[in-house]
Amino acid sequence: MNLWNKLMCYSRRRSPWLFHMNGGSCNGCDIELIASLTPRYDAEQLGVRLEGSPRHADILCITGPITHNAVGAIKVVYDQVFGPKAVVAIGSCPATTNVFIESRTLDGPLNKHIPVDVFVPGCPPRPDAIIQGVAKAAEILAERASKKLPVAPVVMPLVGEGCGGACACGGSGGCATKEVQA
Amino acid sequence: MNMTTALARLLIFPGLLFAIPGAWFILWVERKAVALMQGRIGPPFMQPFFDFIKLLGKDTPPREGIGGMLMKAWPLIAVSAAAGAVGLLPVLPSSGGFEGDLILLLALLEVPSMCIIAAGFSSRSIFGEIGSAREAVLSVSYNIVFLLAILSIAASQHTFSLETLAQLPASPLRWLGVLALLICLPAKLHLNPFSLPNAEQEIYSGPMTEYAGPELAMWELSHGLEWVAATGLVATLAAPHVTFGWLAILIFVAFSFGIVLMLSAVASATARLAIDTTVRFYWQVTLIFAVLAISSALFMRFRS
Repeated sequence: MNLWNKLMCYSRRRSPWLFHMNGGSCNGCDIELIASLTPRYDAEQLGVRLEGSPRHADILCITGPITHNAVGAIKVVYDQVFGPKAVVAIGSCPATTNVFIESRTLDGPLNKHIPVDVFVPGCPPRPDAIIQGVAKAAEILAERASKKLPVAPVVMPLVGEGCGGACACGGSGGCATKEVQA
Repeated sequence: MNMTTALARLLIFPGLLFAIPGAWFILWVERKAVALMQGRIGPPFMQPFFDFIKLLGKDTPPREGIGGMLMKAWPLIAVSAAAGAVGLLPVLPSSGGFEGDLILLLALLEVPSMCIIAAGFSSRSIFGEIGSAREAVLSVSYNIVFLLAILSIAASQHTFSLETLAQLPASPLRWLGVLALLICLPAKLHLNPFSLPNAEQEIYSGPMTEYAGPELAMWELSHGLEWVAATGLVATLAAPHVTFGWLAILIFVAFSFGIVLMLSAVASATARLAIDTTVRFYWQVTLIFAVLAISSALFMRFRS
């Protein structure tokens, strides 16, 4: 791998631009994705930028359990993102259709329609879990561009639901308490 | 000025070799300043460089026919015009030869905005067309004030030559003109109170909606170069003139930096205005100001 390729991989890892798409979500994950860009979590430190147009994006962030109406739109938007690209499924809904399972209005889960690279579980996932998922997707992006190999989807660990890593569970979600981080 | 120094000015300082890192630096300062003012940490120092390299490595959309060729050409024209404008800035005193005047600099500064309008319309995306229409309306509004301010500066000092303007001591009338220029800069650079054309999320990305990969990288670069040229123009007019080379460069860079910080502060403190408010602001509020500047400049000229 020559110097230019190394620089390119490094740049891809350091500059993930997101496009956010709602596939029938309840808006819970959507506000958590926006929260990850706010002063408290500040994903821009990793070079993350929320783009207005799918043409500009590298990483497609999809929320929601994929309704019948959303399927066509998701396929179109996936094709509008130019490669190398990665897909992050945010929340439990796109992974398993969650509590809406076997609903007649759904056509999920997401990986039935497009290849997904990273699943971020949670209902909704915490903003730090989303940032971790996006960082993982950026790594996959750099890897894929250099090796031209399909990479198996990654399921991120559940990051401390409720406690935010403040208690003894260390953010693994084992405690399931609802203590708010001080 | 012989051929070598002319080339050195165009290619090294304040030309391309200085201008491209300068453009990245200014883009970073703007993002970082906005982040700090919002209580965030903000992007790392090399962020605009990483963005540029990453965009170069992305796939390019297939473009066919005359429309496709035009779409590929607009960002390149914008970058070369903006780079030419930066190369004209009289930071170092020249010794004869080609020196651009204010009119050429203004024309080159106007080209990127024309390219944005044309790019939006030739992309045939509905969001691009809305963005282009907004950019055109905005450009008609602020350019009257911008040009009147420049004219008042030139009329009060009896010259259109940038070199002479940079060397002459500033008169009170020039400060009025510089103030009017500063009011137009946020609209020229699509900063927040007047960020209508590329209104993120509202009309996707405006004229840039259909651009991707290397073409988008060129747009980012041309935006950065526009920053360097526009702040450089104000810095040239406002900074005190010194003949000593290194000090002149230092003062120029310091003034540009100050202007970038000021514009970022305004951008982070304000929200986007609607198109009618923006047009009213320029035609009703600042136009009076600019007419006052130019009429007093002309009056002074006839008196003397």
